[in-house]
Amino acid sequence: MSGFLLNRLSQSIVLLVIVSIIGFTVLNLMPGGPLAQFGLDPGMSQKDVERLVEQLGLNRPLWIQYLDWAWRLVQGDWGHSFRDGSSVLAVIGRHLSATLLLMGTSTALAIAIGSWIGIRGATHRYSLFDYCATVGAMIALSVPTFWFGLIGIYIFTLKLGWVPAGNMYTIGDGSVLDYLHHLILPSLVLSLVHVAIWSRYMRTATLDALSQDFVKTARAKGVSERRILLRHVVGNALLPMITLAGMQLPSILTGALVTETVFTWPGMGRLFLDSLGYSDYPVVMGLLIFSAILVVLGNLIADIVIAIVDPRIRLA
Amino acid sequence: MGSGIQAVTPADVALSVRELSVSLPGGMERAHAVENISFDLMRGQILCIIGESGSGKSVTANAIMGLLPKVIRVSSGAVHLDGMNIVGLSPDKLRSLRGRVVSMIFQDPLSALNPLMTVGAQIEEVMAVHDVGTPKSRRSRAIDLLIEVGLPDPQLMYHQYPFRLSGGQRQRVMIAMALALEPAILIADEPTTALDVTTQAQILQLIRDIQRRKGMSVMFITHDFGVVAQIADYVVVMEKGRCVEQGGAEQVLKSPSHLYSRRLIAAVPHLTGKDRVPLHAADRVPILKVERLAKTYRSGSALFGKRRIVPAVNGVTFDLTSGRTLGVVGESGSGKSSLGRLLIKLMACDSGSILFEGRDIAGLSEAEFRSLRPKIQMIFQDPFASLNPRSTVGHILTVGPVAHGILYSEACERARELLSHVGLDSGAFDRYPHEFSGGQRQRIGIARALMFRPKLLIADEAVSALDVSIQAQILKLLDQIQRETGVSMIFITHDLRVASQICDEIAVMHRGQIVERGPPSQIFLDPKSAYTRELVAAIPGEQAGSMLEHAANP
Repeated sequence: MSGFLLNRLSQSIVLLVIVSIIGFTVLNLMPGGPLAQFGLDPGMSQKDVERLVEQLGLNRPLWIQYLDWAWRLVQGDWGHSFRDGSSVLAVIGRHLSATLLLMGTSTALAIAIGSWIGIRGATHRYSLFDYCATVGAMIALSVPTFWFGLIGIYIFTLKLGWVPAGNMYTIGDGSVLDYLHHLILPSLVLSLVHVAIWSRYMRTATLDALSQDFVKTARAKGVSERRILLRHVVGNALLPMITLAGMQLPSILTGALVTETVFTWPGMGRLFLDSLGYSDYPVVMGLLIFSAILVVLGNLIADIVIAIVDPRIRLA
Repeated sequence: MGSGIQAVTPADVALSVRELSVSLPGGMERAHAVENISFDLMRGQILCIIGESGSGKSVTANAIMGLLPKVIRVSSGAVHLDGMNIVGLSPDKLRSLRGRVVSMIFQDPLSALNPLMTVGAQIEEVMAVHDVGTPKSRRSRAIDLLIEVGLPDPQLMYHQYPFRLSGGQRQRVMIAMALALEPAILIADEPTTALDVTTQAQILQLIRDIQRRKGMSVMFITHDFGVVAQIADYVVVMEKGRCVEQGGAEQVLKSPSHLYSRRLIAAVPHLTGKDRVPLHAADRVPILKVERLAKTYRSGSALFGKRRIVPAVNGVTFDLTSGRTLGVVGESGSGKSSLGRLLIKLMACDSGSILFEGRDIAGLSEAEFRSLRPKIQMIFQDPFASLNPRSTVGHILTVGPVAHGILYSEACERARELLSHVGLDSGAFDRYPHEFSGGQRQRIGIARALMFRPKLLIADEAVSALDVSIQAQILKLLDQIQRETGVSMIFITHDLRVASQICDEIAVMHRGQIVERGPPSQIFLDPKSAYTRELVAAIPGEQAGSMLEHAANP
């Protein structure tokens, strides 16, 4: 087990190095360069820009810039935002909680609802419920999220007036209820796609587990259908789902670009879009590394959880 | 059929099936899976239901257990258990009988146990769902059961997960589970089919012992008359959903009255002890000479974690001349399939040499070997998985030769010729594999291998997935092809009886080594190694072999 972890960890570090090199290179290949923003600013002279270039070390060869950046990163210095000079880690920290709240809620909703739909679809295969779930999932997957968001705002905000159109809280209020009130619509809209994905995978996994011989053995033992489902089927069906959940972890934290923009939610997704718009390279690179770490971590956690749950891997 | 049922007092009958019919959903090959069958399972007896695939024997068992899938249902008839008709009972009542009054074990012990639950928990579950005992008493009962089925170290076994157990051990766990509540009836659905022959002998012995000790009634489903001869008290022969013959074991085996039973019994391969008559011995040339061939499997990472090293083939030496067949016989894990894959260079060997027509092919690269590949062809085990379902038979047959530079029209002509040669009509050329039965598909597989006019055919368990009557036909076809073309064959099989039918010489493999090599007469009548003796002794029904032989040649 520890050997397995060491192995995975060393692979992960190699992966992160490769991702960061690619990201750094591509970002610096963009036309205009990091300081294009200031070139348009009438308040800054050519001399000011040159001074900045000198100050930030942008006149050095790219690979030296990368090594410098990477060395600082390892030491915990992720650089400073071009926009307001605050440290990249602080910028990420400011937006992280908002994204965690939104994505955590919608993912939890999606897993709970999706699992239920998937399992019920499998046990009642080809029933009316199953057909509706299939068609519903197809619609949720094929219609873009922003459309659902806009329709949601139109119906529940403009027509019915039940929920606010955006933002995370009302300025001057900020109670738990106020947060929840703001959370409902974006988290539901966001979970729609995830419910669709999760329910389809769960249905397949459950059908697969149901067709296994040990289910027949359990029936021959006189085990009730309910207990067969809970004790024999769900556990085996969830095994492949752990990997899927691990793959979703990064999206919990990096946020949903579109949904956060539609609902003006101050999360990581919007931070990324805004930072790109401002050519705020340090923040963009920070977000890139941050999400790469999460991808690696998500898969690692999934592997560890599977190893804990599945005796065939735990004891092998 | 009625004459087979004697007047019995109800008290002697554990299970009585009367005029049972099970209907299939519309659009199937036939309207009934089982049609109008009647038999009695007597207390303290073993009743064998024998039939080929599709005979309805498993459906009968599932109907008795109330385990039929929803689309298949009992359309008429009755199943009496202790005088109570269980057809049409509510699902809850049926459930309370299952595992308590009637238990069942299945064919594949590898998948019949939940991989995420310990052996102990799975045995205890039977008692728990029927509300028997306390957690503590269930635990001690589970351990008693593990002792009863002869598993080593029951305390340890109790906490073990199924993946740690061998196939035979898992089947013992299944039996322990089935016995937990001392049921009156045990239904065994091909419980030894997936096991090695020596393990099969042990499990059959165990079922026999337990049945005698407990006075249990056993309904044993099998396709193997050897198994029937070994354990049955009473036999029911099924064909296409109908019961064609039933009676006492000795009566059915010795003097089968129905044509189908006679055909089935005649098709059972058994040890003749006679050697094959070699053909034109004069112009035999050496084809293959294998020396000290070795292959070791290594798994696990080299840097981290444990490494597992398994010597699969360990210093194997043999030779083969044209027109002869060498049987490679062994149990699972003996290295026989690895040997086959080494010979056709599907994987590289570690050391040793393979002289094919005098040239060492062991060290050849894939590119160098390519021109020789047509000369060594393989026939695979699973006729369902080895043919591409999206290609027509014609395409499957011609794609290889065309890739090797033969004109398409020429390949087509040869394909049609070969199809009729292996006993299929020429219309097969344009059809798809799913339109054929297992035996026909294996004929296609043979035709495919022959397209290249090979010098050496390697048949890896080529008849193992087929019913005995089909098996006999395919063996005959292979024999005929060898006599016509003079091709050499390496016939890999786990079944000594099959090997004895077709091989000039047999090599017995055990743990990667050939422990004995010789003509069938030597292997079966005068085995030199202890392992061969053990293998031969484990063949089911061979003690009763004279009985079967008598029936086959009246």
